Amino acid sequence: MTHAVAAARRLAALALILALPALAASSGPAAAATPAKTVTVAIKTFAFTARVITVAPGTTVVWTNEDEDPHTVTAADRSFHSAALDTGGKFSFTFTKAGDFGYFCSLHPHMTGRVIVKAN
Amino acid sequence: MTDHADESLSRRGLLTHCAGWAGAGALYTLTGGIASSISLDAALAAPPRRGASKPFTFLQISDTHIGFDKAANPDTRGTAIAAVEKIKALPDKPDIILHTGDITHLSTEEQFDDARQILSGLGAPVFYVPGEHDFLDEGQGRAYLARYGAGTLGTGWHSFDHLGVHFIALNNVANLKAGGMAHLGEEQLAWLKRDLAGLSASTPIVVFAHIPLWTVYEAWGWGTDDSGAALALLRRFGSVTVLNGHIHQILQKVEGNVSFHSARSTAYPQPAPGAAPSPGPLKVPSEQLPMMLGIRTARFVRGNEPIALIDQSLA
Ligand SMILES: [Cu+2]
Repeated sequence: MTHAVAAARRLAALALILALPALAASSGPAAAATPAKTVTVAIKTFAFTARVITVAPGTTVVWTNEDEDPHTVTAADRSFHSAALDTGGKFSFTFTKAGDFGYFCSLHPHMTGRVIVKAN
Repeated sequence: MTDHADESLSRRGLLTHCAGWAGAGALYTLTGGIASSISLDAALAAPPRRGASKPFTFLQISDTHIGFDKAANPDTRGTAIAAVEKIKALPDKPDIILHTGDITHLSTEEQFDDARQILSGLGAPVFYVPGEHDFLDEGQGRAYLARYGAGTLGTGWHSFDHLGVHFIALNNVANLKAGGMAHLGEEQLAWLKRDLAGLSASTPIVVFAHIPLWTVYEAWGWGTDDSGAALALLRRFGSVTVLNGHIHQILQKVEGNVSFHSARSTAYPQPAPGAAPSPGPLKVPSEQLPMMLGIRTARFVRGNEPIALIDQSLA
């Protein structure tokens, strides 16, 4: 019985945590009017710079390859992927939903990065 | 037999004495799992060895990167042609040629066509494995397989025999996973197991693949994460020679009866493992470039004789 009570408490706490971002998002109608943002990520010396970025929903991320070697931007779950980007090549993707998106270079899979999308 | 034993013993003594890299090339010999090297000059000066039957020569060319035109080598077409000319001028004609991948730089139709034209007329059949640069098209290898996929399985793996030596071509550049290294995959490993099943342990084996099948440098992805499964299948054979490209430099390693050798590129050098912030193309003064590019010949003599590898630069 105490076990069930503890579980119910945990559930309630979880519901509160989940509700918080939703409240924050809905309380600011001005946020919806803000023009879509663009964030850039450089691909250089075989690394995504910055490796981890946190952006708001609706942000467009633009990757630019500054290396002499080609690279790709490929979601770990393949939900988005670029063609091979030669030197100076760009790829952009707009993140509409909140989430944690791991990606890598399918040519050099030790190159990994993350885009964390969350409302703030 | 005693002749062979004496010969290899005395040669081993010599090899131990002279081990190390020297001059424009190096000769590798593999006897009883011990690989050593002597200078190319010494190797060429050595008297011809007796063999039970006619020996043959095969050749390895790698990482032509047709289409690359950056500072590290603005003329990869020219250096590939220089390599072809070098091969054509060899006094000992190779029976077969192995291309260990990165034929092109960006997998475009033009680059594949150009590479085919440059590599035609070598005077021997060329067997290919793809590098990751050959699997860059939207079809993830469709362009490569349209040209080189005939008679192969899966993403291009295959095997063939030549004068008693079993050659195995593996693809470790397809369907790579985030955070990992090169990858062979379950389907290819299952095929390899079937391919080797009927062979006696005395069959000499030559495996060729693009990315090293041993971990050269994990931080740069220079290895194959499931190569252990392949090596487990190869361990029962008395002589296994594994040839690769990808890292654009000569490196070797021996593990029991298996010896691993990575070859030079004909396009541009890359830094030694960990010697630079990234594995990108290494820019050297243009007069030094030909010394860092090259081809490799391999000489097989039937019996207990080792396969001897001779690396020659384009200088
Ligand atoms: Cu890459």
